[in-house]
Amino acid sequence: MCLGVPMKILSRDGDTIVAEVDGVQKEASVMLLGEEVGIGDYVIVHAGFAISRLDEEYAQETLRMMKEVFAPEDMR
Amino acid sequence: MKFQDEFRDRELVKNMAANIRRMAERLTKPVNFMEVCGTHTMAIYQFGIRSLLPENVRLISGPGCPVCVTPVGYVDRAVACTADARNIVATFGDMLRVPGSRSSLMEERAKGADVRIVYSPLDAVALANANPERRVIFLGIGFETTAPTIAASILEATKLGLSNYYVLASHKTMPVPMEILTADPDLALSGYLCPAHVSTVIGANAYKPLAEKYRIPCVVTGFEPADVMQGIEMLLAQVLAGESRVEIQYSRAVSWEGNPKAQTIMERVFVPCDASWRGLGLLPGSGLAIKPELARFDAERALAIDPGEEQENPACRCGEVLKGKLSPFDCPLFATACTPESPVGACMVSSEGTCAAAYKYGR
Ligand code: SF4
Repeated sequence: MCLGVPMKILSRDGDTIVAEVDGVQKEASVMLLGEEVGIGDYVIVHAGFAISRLDEEYAQETLRMMKEVFAPEDMR
Repeated sequence: MKFQDEFRDRELVKNMAANIRRMAERLTKPVNFMEVCGTHTMAIYQFGIRSLLPENVRLISGPGCPVCVTPVGYVDRAVACTADARNIVATFGDMLRVPGSRSSLMEERAKGADVRIVYSPLDAVALANANPERRVIFLGIGFETTAPTIAASILEATKLGLSNYYVLASHKTMPVPMEILTADPDLALSGYLCPAHVSTVIGANAYKPLAEKYRIPCVVTGFEPADVMQGIEMLLAQVLAGESRVEIQYSRAVSWEGNPKAQTIMERVFVPCDASWRGLGLLPGSGLAIKPELARFDAERALAIDPGEEQENPACRCGEVLKGKLSPFDCPLFATACTPESPVGACMVSSEGTCAAAYKYGR
C-alpha cells in the first residue's frame, strides 16, 4: 500500500486527472501537489493522489525497475 | 540470492560494489545501515543487494511497512467495526489478512461482513456519498506519504456535507522511531537509508535533528539498485570522514522542504499524538490524530468500538524483525507455519513486509 507509481497525465479537469500506466487508466487527484502539472507530465501517484512530479526519463526508468520488483497488484 | 544478471545497469552497479569494497577496507569496525522503507526492503531482497556488499557493511531492515507496524489492537478495533450491520469497512487491500487477536478482516468478510477494498481514500468518501443510510469507516494507516491523502478525504467529506464518513486513524510519522532505534545500543546503527516517498512529503530537512543529535549519517535514497548502492556509498563516505549529515541521493523526486501543500493539508486535519507501534511500543509524538474540531469524522471518538481483549500470538517474532534485531530466517515459524498464504504475523502479509520480501526473494 505504500507504493508510489509513476504515471503519465492524459487529461485534467480541475483537481482531477486521468493518468495512465501500462495502458491502465486511473483517476487521481492533484490537490496535494505543490506544482502545476498538465497533460503529458509524469507524476508519482500514491493512494489516488499525485504526490510528486517526475521527469519523463526518470519515470520510465523507475517504471522498468518497478515491473521487475513488484507484482502487478502492488502497483495498482 | 545473487545479484540479478539481466539487470540493465549491471556494469554501473558492479563498479559501485567494487568501490564500496575498497572503501570498506578502511573501516575500523563493521557498519550497520538501516533502511526504513518497505519499498527499499523489497528492492534490496529482489536484487540481491546484500550479496554485493562486503561482510563489514551490513544492511538491516527497519519498521518501514505501514501494515506491519500497525499493532494487533488496531486490527481488533477494525474487526469490531464490522460487527454492526450498518457499517461498511473500507480499507487498502493489504490490511485484510493481518491477524488480529481472534480474527482478521478477511475472516469476517467470509462470514458476511461488509469489508471493501479501495485504492484511494476518495473512493471511500464516494462510497459514503452513495450509501447515505450506511456508515463508511475507512482504515487510516500509513506514514507521511499516505496521511495527506486521508486528510484530503476528510476535507472532501466536509465539502460534501457527509455525516456518515469516518476514519479509524492510526497514522505514524517517521523521524521518531528512527530516533528510538538510533539510541538503541544493541543495534549500533551507523547510518540510515531514509525513505523515498515519505521524504517527498516531509522533505530531507526532517532528518537534520536526528543527524545532528545522534551524529548519524542520513541519505535519502531512491529504490533502484543503483540508487540503493549509491546511498550506501554516500553513507560510507560520511562514516569514513567522521561526518553526520543529511544528503539527498534521490533528488529527482525529493527536495529539502518536501511538499508544502501536502504538509498544510495534513496539518489542517491532524495533530501529533503518541502512537503504539508493533514491536516498538508506545512512542511519544510518533502518530497523527484527527483534530478535536473534526471529531465527528474520528471513528474512535464518534462510534462506540469494543475491540475486546488484546492477544498477541506469542510465537510470532515480528516485533524483533521490525526493530532489525532478528532476521526473518531466524524466526522458527518462517516459511513453515508462517507463509504469505497463511501469515502468522503482520510482516508476512504485505509485500513490503520484511518477512514477505525474504520469503519471496531471499531464499
Ligand atoms: S516469519 Fe511470520 S511469525 Fe515469524 S516474524 Fe515473520 S511474520 Fe512474524
